[in-house]
Amino acid sequence: MGNKKEILVSAIENGTVIDHIPTNATYQVIHILGLDKYEDQVLIGNNLDSQKYIRKGIVKIKNKYLTEEQLGMVALVAPTATVIFIKHFEVSRKVQVEIPDHVDNVIKCVNPACITNSEVIPTRFDVVDKRNLKLKCHYCEKITAKDSIKFTKDM
Amino acid sequence: MSNLKGRNLISITDFSKEEYIQVLDIAEDFEKNPKQPILSDKVVATLFFEPSTRTRLSFESAANQLGASVIGFSNPSATSMQKGESLHDTITMVSSYSDLIVMRNPKEGSSRYASEVATVPVINAGDGANQHPTQCMLDLYSIRKTQGTLDNLQIALVGDLKYGRTVHSLVQAMCNFNATFHLVSPIELKLPSSVKASIKEMGLKYYQYTDIKDIVPTADIIYMTRVQRERFPDPLEYERVKDSCILNAAMLNGCKPTMRVLHPLPRVNEIATDVDKTPYAYYFQQAQNGVYVRQALMAAILGAR
Repeated sequence: MGNKKEILVSAIENGTVIDHIPTNATYQVIHILGLDKYEDQVLIGNNLDSQKYIRKGIVKIKNKYLTEEQLGMVALVAPTATVIFIKHFEVSRKVQVEIPDHVDNVIKCVNPACITNSEVIPTRFDVVDKRNLKLKCHYCEKITAKDSIKFTKDM
Repeated sequence: MSNLKGRNLISITDFSKEEYIQVLDIAEDFEKNPKQPILSDKVVATLFFEPSTRTRLSFESAANQLGASVIGFSNPSATSMQKGESLHDTITMVSSYSDLIVMRNPKEGSSRYASEVATVPVINAGDGANQHPTQCMLDLYSIRKTQGTLDNLQIALVGDLKYGRTVHSLVQAMCNFNATFHLVSPIELKLPSSVKASIKEMGLKYYQYTDIKDIVPTADIIYMTRVQRERFPDPLEYERVKDSCILNAAMLNGCKPTMRVLHPLPRVNEIATDVDKTPYAYYFQQAQNGVYVRQALMAAILGAR
């Protein structure tokens, strides 16, 4: 099985591997990281066999290392993901993504009457429920829940 | 005692329980002696981006009685906002003209944002359906004044408990004082589950009813609210529920002699005018108390008390 996986999504020499993505979030990860516009190689696998989750998505990005902010963004849509940084075909860092306590300037407030939706203001949220992913707007105090998350921009 | 000088008041949670009490104590002093020109060297800007009668006049009266000069507007159509100026730029400019900004704006979160832009303190006089903390403080003042305490009271909240921001803030504040809540509303306008959860988190109790009569014998305070047409996306829903929570004088038979009826005003028809003449009506004094509470807040925030 291991060999078969290697054939499906080949190894990269330098870059980032995002593994264990829920299958319904793989393309969302691509979108929020702006990988549809990335000019180097991006290898995408979805509905791959997974020992841990039965099925999973995997994204390999050649010659790019995610920032801490981007790790937090991945966690918002793919909380089970593992991110591996590869240098010269070796694992240089492996992290289980974590939903951050605060999310700044990444998602839009769900409340159309919120000031952040009418003035040019960076959004700010406190994560009030990591398990069910609920974020409280610093300004209007309304809750944006997982299902209504919209990102402010591609990164 | 906390030093409130330079503080913003945007949300009811910005002040601690002790700080509320401190403001209420100062307000009590202003009630005894309202005309104290202790802010005669200060300029208070009142920026009302949407219409308001009581709140604006109450703030301006409070500022005037403290000797402060008042600048501002009550209609944004006469300002540069109409020309497309951002809130950021308006607040930056007004900061340089004044020592304190009082702002009402229909955009939710606008006061928090203004407080981050302004170089002077900001008091939120209402940001859409979000917060209206000075209303909450005058409610607390009125409750304490009529009951002699804020602790261990039976608080009945009647009417629009779903959209009414004053109700949500009052619940939040009274959770600090071991209150028991009696919630009377049509089913469509029940208190949101998030607010009920905050009551439970504090280990306090609430009971739900659909008929006001059920709460009359137990209540220390009956806090009436208007069912607001503008909060309903569907006008038919408004028409269906608008008359369901009306209080009249006959319904008050059997209430505690110390019970008082409060209302943030304006009322429409939810308190019949025959209640006005009973000893239980307190809503007009409540509005008057708003001046003392706002005097206290302005004096404390500007370092004069």
